[in-house]
Amino acid sequence: MGALAAALPATEIDLDLARTLLYHMVMMRELEDRIETKLYRQGKVLGGCYTGRGQEAISVGSAILSQPGDWLTPSHRDMGALLIRGIAPKEILAQYMGRAGGLTRGRDGNMHMGCAKRHCVPIISSIGASVPVAGGLALAMKYRGESNVVFNYFGDGATSRGDWHEGLNMAAVMDLPIVYLCNNNQYAYSTPLDRQMNIDDVVERAPGYGLPAEIVSGNDVLAVFKATRRALEHVRGGNGPYLIECKTFRMSGHSAHDRAEYVPGMLREEWSRKDPVLMLQKYMVDREWATEQDFKQIRKGVLDEIDNAVEWALAQPFPDPSTLEDDVYETAPSGGRLRSAP
Amino acid sequence: MTETTYVQAIRAGIWEEMERDPNVFVMGEDIAEYGGAFKVTAGMLERFGEKRVVDTPLSESAIVGAGTGAAINGLRPVLEMQFADFMACGFDQITNFAAKCRYRWGQQIPMVIRAPAGGNIHGGPFHSQNVEMPYVHTPGLKVVQPATAYDAKGLLKASIRDNDPVIFLEHKYLYRSVKERLPAGDYTVPLGKAKVRREGNDLSIVAYGWMVHTALDAAAQLAAEGIDMEVLDLRTLAPLDREAVLATVRKTNKVIFLHEDTLTGGLGGELAGIVGEHAFEYLDGPMVRIAAPDTPVPFSETLEKAFLPTVDEVIEQARNLHRY
Repeated sequence: MGALAAALPATEIDLDLARTLLYHMVMMRELEDRIETKLYRQGKVLGGCYTGRGQEAISVGSAILSQPGDWLTPSHRDMGALLIRGIAPKEILAQYMGRAGGLTRGRDGNMHMGCAKRHCVPIISSIGASVPVAGGLALAMKYRGESNVVFNYFGDGATSRGDWHEGLNMAAVMDLPIVYLCNNNQYAYSTPLDRQMNIDDVVERAPGYGLPAEIVSGNDVLAVFKATRRALEHVRGGNGPYLIECKTFRMSGHSAHDRAEYVPGMLREEWSRKDPVLMLQKYMVDREWATEQDFKQIRKGVLDEIDNAVEWALAQPFPDPSTLEDDVYETAPSGGRLRSAP
Repeated sequence: MTETTYVQAIRAGIWEEMERDPNVFVMGEDIAEYGGAFKVTAGMLERFGEKRVVDTPLSESAIVGAGTGAAINGLRPVLEMQFADFMACGFDQITNFAAKCRYRWGQQIPMVIRAPAGGNIHGGPFHSQNVEMPYVHTPGLKVVQPATAYDAKGLLKASIRDNDPVIFLEHKYLYRSVKERLPAGDYTVPLGKAKVRREGNDLSIVAYGWMVHTALDAAAQLAAEGIDMEVLDLRTLAPLDREAVLATVRKTNKVIFLHEDTLTGGLGGELAGIVGEHAFEYLDGPMVRIAAPDTPVPFSETLEKAFLPTVDEVIEQARNLHRY
């Protein structure tokens, strides 16, 4: 967790922090781009393919503040959180390709990945299910008297799930140490926000649970960073959970198969002017911290890393079919009882 | 030496495990100060404190989800569902989240979900159901239902020490209707092992939970008629002890599958499949299923009596099968 450790002392935004944030955002952008526009179309990645294009600032700007003992439950649009926790691009690629070397060893696909060692819990497809689980992770922290917190990520659609409401309510009642990070990208698959909820902002749900909440520009990584820092001060201080609603936009379909023709062109046009990577780069240029040439170098370094990672992942074997029945239970039932053959 | 009831045995099992392992804790609705709807956790708050005896809002999905999260983060939760019927509210968390963690990302979930199940208590449609089958059908879960006080304690202690999620179904009618002398000190009963409750030679009956007692009562009466029925108590429904089922069939050559759960999609069909595939040549008569009819569990006493399998019904079916 080199990047993580390097960012830990940061209380002010300086050049080092900005470069770290930029690196992870560019890595997330380019890695997802490679997966969606190349590997998926080449048939090397099968199944669903979800990206967080245009949303990189949220996972990166928040997870960079996570401490080694914290736990994270990233959503399918938060690859940046995995990268910051030290999950390598090659592991992510092998996961997408269903290889034995992927984080779920071919048992699950795409962004359904996590790693106990690096304190990342993988999402499941029933959106919002991670919210109560985050409560349990936090409960264990409180149980042991730790000052760790949980970073619980979800989208706007998840806030319509009963699990979201049960989870927030219980965490608030129990004063559990959780930072809730909502990436409100305005669409849940094809359903726009005004058909998802009868309120303008997700934060309006928070007072019903007695939860402090704030809205932040989800495309401004520094704004996300500062909001997360505020939230952490509250949560690590033993004051219970805190909700940050990050306003953003999904600059892709729901999944690679989805051309998102239901999104008005003007809306996409408007949000393309708020690209989080370009926004951070402008901030750095304005302060004379970096030049366009530096950004080209960063991107080239990232692309080289991805080339190597793709090569590694493609060389990984697919899981052996003989392992099909492994790991259902700690100890396999005697007599091969997972199937019928005598 | 005093006798211990089924419900006291469960309380003792949890209590001993909490004394043994500081990572074991209980969580559920109304379980702390109130001691739980069936008083299983009575007294635990005073002994173990509110950190380890956790009252929750009325949120089954959040209870199971929080249990899963706590298990991921190193604890060993013992969750109480107030009634097994309400597990439906946490179904996604149980079957999609907890059950699949080990297979997906190698994360063990050492969690017990205790749930009072079963009828004969005038509970009606939402307090009497037998909900085992959706969980038996979910790979990654273990499903247990004890029939005796000894097993209730031993199986529960084994479940708490198990590193996979266990659905622990307690029969409400048995809570205070069965009791026995229990050995002093620590013991466990292994998961996945059935037990022959009564040896017999003429035919076999396979049951679990309260129905083990129905089968034993029937067997006692049948013995007076010269019919010698073997009674097998499954104890664990998933993973099933197939060998024990096949062994009793190979021994007596005739078999009845008895459960309080409704007929269609009940465990009896699965057991018949196993016997049909692996012991068909041993059968000297048709396999017989005795189960509740495919209706919701009714409230009124006359209807509930008509719904539940009875000793008389078992005796009649056993006579028919014996004559076959």
